[in-house]
Amino acid sequence: MGIESFKDHHRETRLFVARVWQAVFFILLLLGGLVVRLVYLQIDQHQYFSEMSTENRVKVQPLPPTRGLIYDRRGRILAENIPVHSLVVVPEKVADLDALLTRLGEVVTIEEEDIARFERLRRQRRRFENVPIRSILAEREVAAFSVNRHRFPGVDIEAKLLRYYPHGVETSHVVGYVGRISERDLQRIEESAYSGTTHIGKTGVERYYEAQLHGEVGLQRVEVNAFGRVVKVLEERPPTPGEDLHLALDLDLQRETLAAFGEENGAAVAIDPSNGAILAMVSKPGFETNLFVEGISSRDYRALQDSPDQPLFNRALRGRYPPGSTTKPFVGLLGLESGVISYEERTWCPGFYRLPNHQHRYRDWKKGGHGWMHLADAVIQSCDVYFYDLAHRLGVQRMHDFLAWFGFGRRAGVDVTGELGGLLPSPEWKRSARNMPWYPGETLIMGIGQGYFLSTPLELATATATLASGGVRYRPHVVRALRGPDGRVRSSGYEEAVFEVPISDRENWDNVIHSMVEVVENPRGTARRIQSEDYGIAGKTGTAQVFTVGQDEEYNEEEVPKKMRDHALFIAFAPVESPRIAVAVIVENGGHGGAVAAPIAGRMMARYLKGE
Amino acid sequence: MAGYYPSGLKESDPTRSEGLLAGIHLDLPLLTGLLLLCAIGLGVLYSAGGEDMALLKRQLVRIGIGLLLLLFIAQIPPALLRRWAPWVYVVAVGMLVAVLVAGEVGKGAQRWLDLGFFRFQPSELTKIAMPLMLAWFLAEKRLPPSWGRLIAAALMIVIPVLLIARQPDLGTSLLVASAGIFALFLAGLSWRFISGLVLAAIPLAWAVWEWGMREYQRNRVLTFIDPERDPLGTGYHIIQSKIAIGSGGLYGKGWLNGTQSQLEFLPERTTDFIFAVISEEFGLNGVLILLALYLFIIFRGLYIATQAQDTFGRLLGGSLILVFFVYLFVNAGMVSGILPVVGVPLPLVSYGGTSMVTIMAGFGILMSIQTHRRLLTG
Repeated sequence: MGIESFKDHHRETRLFVARVWQAVFFILLLLGGLVVRLVYLQIDQHQYFSEMSTENRVKVQPLPPTRGLIYDRRGRILAENIPVHSLVVVPEKVADLDALLTRLGEVVTIEEEDIARFERLRRQRRRFENVPIRSILAEREVAAFSVNRHRFPGVDIEAKLLRYYPHGVETSHVVGYVGRISERDLQRIEESAYSGTTHIGKTGVERYYEAQLHGEVGLQRVEVNAFGRVVKVLEERPPTPGEDLHLALDLDLQRETLAAFGEENGAAVAIDPSNGAILAMVSKPGFETNLFVEGISSRDYRALQDSPDQPLFNRALRGRYPPGSTTKPFVGLLGLESGVISYEERTWCPGFYRLPNHQHRYRDWKKGGHGWMHLADAVIQSCDVYFYDLAHRLGVQRMHDFLAWFGFGRRAGVDVTGELGGLLPSPEWKRSARNMPWYPGETLIMGIGQGYFLSTPLELATATATLASGGVRYRPHVVRALRGPDGRVRSSGYEEAVFEVPISDRENWDNVIHSMVEVVENPRGTARRIQSEDYGIAGKTGTAQVFTVGQDEEYNEEEVPKKMRDHALFIAFAPVESPRIAVAVIVENGGHGGAVAAPIAGRMMARYLKGE
Repeated sequence: MAGYYPSGLKESDPTRSEGLLAGIHLDLPLLTGLLLLCAIGLGVLYSAGGEDMALLKRQLVRIGIGLLLLLFIAQIPPALLRRWAPWVYVVAVGMLVAVLVAGEVGKGAQRWLDLGFFRFQPSELTKIAMPLMLAWFLAEKRLPPSWGRLIAAALMIVIPVLLIARQPDLGTSLLVASAGIFALFLAGLSWRFISGLVLAAIPLAWAVWEWGMREYQRNRVLTFIDPERDPLGTGYHIIQSKIAIGSGGLYGKGWLNGTQSQLEFLPERTTDFIFAVISEEFGLNGVLILLALYLFIIFRGLYIATQAQDTFGRLLGGSLILVFFVYLFVNAGMVSGILPVVGVPLPLVSYGGTSMVTIMAGFGILMSIQTHRRLLTG
């Protein structure tokens, strides 16, 4: 101790104070660096980070529009949007999906096919998007899940509007259905217009009027927190709902038609000849369209796909059948209009027809022949030989051109997606499509609606309506009017005539129509059983061969298996004086048109003309 | 030892306003600074915590406990602290070993020691024990220390630091190490030696990187260098924090109006990243005021250290206040993206109990050093 110690102490103090000053220097240096950093972030980069901050919290969310509704001609709803609760899973938020599904199964019913569909949809979507595991929960299940919600992170109940078809089976081939937007669908739409929309029209009217039904997407700018939950709505541009469709279709008539088919399969189309409006369009069997809305299970789909009755096949629009004897009034009219025959002129029917210098016998359906026939008789009794002869005298080209005026052989342009055109053959067609010459015999069978000649039920109905309206052809359409969200109603714009058949003598038309009336009213007429006391019906039966009978064989309906039996056809319109309905009916493998198809058409006309 | 002190250090005037506080061994300027900082902290916490009063109350209780501890420690004369110093150190290191052996796993790291009636983090005690020990050890002999004593001091630093790093707790081991290193620095470690250490640290750092670091620690360093590397994981913190600070601008978005924090984009906003909340809501102006307050506390602390009666007091006080600066700088540097993300809270502002109590204890020691001078001169 002593002076020594004091010196030490003094020296240590000076050393310490020096060190403190050095520390102060470093502190100021480091804090200075920090301040420089802060100035850089808060002054220099302020603009950039402000934008980043806004980008963080402000999200633009699409507001999907409400899909337009579909009504029948009397305002009954055919397609609506019903509120449902569905159970959705966000795969990203779930660690063990299998375990989750097992536990979830304890709370709500989850079946094999739910899981299968979930797996399928999951592959189509991004990980952070929700995938439905159950689309429509019962109220009891909603309650059961809500109580247990905390046990299932990543699982949520979503309330939404689901498309529902109250008459799904009856209108399946007209209204069609919507389904979830697929990769393929994305190619036909503008993705931004569909942001937020999950469903799109897949078939039928739902698809054809997709643009009108869908409406316009709205937007809202929202403030979200870090978890994406909306905290505040900053700006909203509401969506424009889709337009409602008012169909010309009459649900009662549609149902009556289906009922009239009974056990049979086939198609029927009813058109208002005065404007082309489709009053009924049936393809039987139909199917439950509601199955498709949330994604059909593969089991259900396979059942539909594999059914021998082909319920998914839209026969009315895509079924191509030989029109058979229903062609005869048109060919007869051409005979008169072209002056090749007169109404009274008679032809001998021995039961077969032979082309000059040919051995082949073209047989009549009636083995012994009909004897002397004029046009009316030939239509009433559906004599084949008369029309073989007429066709031979007319030639294929004239028949082709005339039938084309009635809309045969081409798509009618109906406002239901999926239509196919028939086939109206000609030498030119045969040369280009088959690279073969036209044989005279083919002209004969074309005259009775056989051979290459194919027509869809819609085409046949259009042609019948054209005949009924005195040659004015309209574009067949199911939608009469659209009603916008503002309540304004506009016409679908399809009620303009698209073609008028040139007429040389009105009387020829009357005569042919008269012969068709006789088909129903004459004791020898092929459709006499559908006579009505209230109005006159003009009709024509037809039989389309499915199975070609050999030259010397007999066709015996009882012996041929059902699948091989002829299709039964019938076309008609009524009332004759001022036609309000024209129908075409095809009963697949139904046998003779007069026996099976005509009564269906009869019930349809009765239903429509007599009402309730 | 009595009788050799310069007259200027003898007495503070009992009639001055701080006399009353000095009576209970509190330093008015330092206490004012601390209370102001705690008050600011509570205000920011109210906003960052989503106006959660319960959260605020819990923090208020901690501040209260911290202040009581400060008051208690301030009554202990430095001479007593000096006598206890080696024992406190031994107990702290012993508990660190116990934690590794029997510690409870919490947050993926062993930090807690369960003493049955309460859980305790021995690493927090080490933050006090380390400067106590080194100050005691270095003040025993003449300064600057001899080579032999230097090596002994280095061992005293390295053992607890490694024990804490093994838990693993990067932030605390950094703070504990700096406490020891600052004591050495203030004891007059030659600059030549320091630069030699820095040069030696480079290969050492490489070795630590290669063998001494856990995957998550390496990730933190890598993410620090390039936050975009893992924008959804570790980098997310830094990116969101930079957005918060940068969007605050010069004036800030206003109290309770910081979108980054209010909408929960900013992670750990009440704890380690609360500095970003201040920057966002009060802007550069607010941050500068805050830094000025911190600087005031630090300068006051350094002043107290220089005025200490003996080498022990000087080294202890200086080391404690420099560690306080390290808290501030590491936290602010990490939040603003110039330092890696190590779990160091913003002292006295971040929500959380243990660091609050330890820091208050440190200031208790500083106040003891400041206010017991005249008693020793007598």
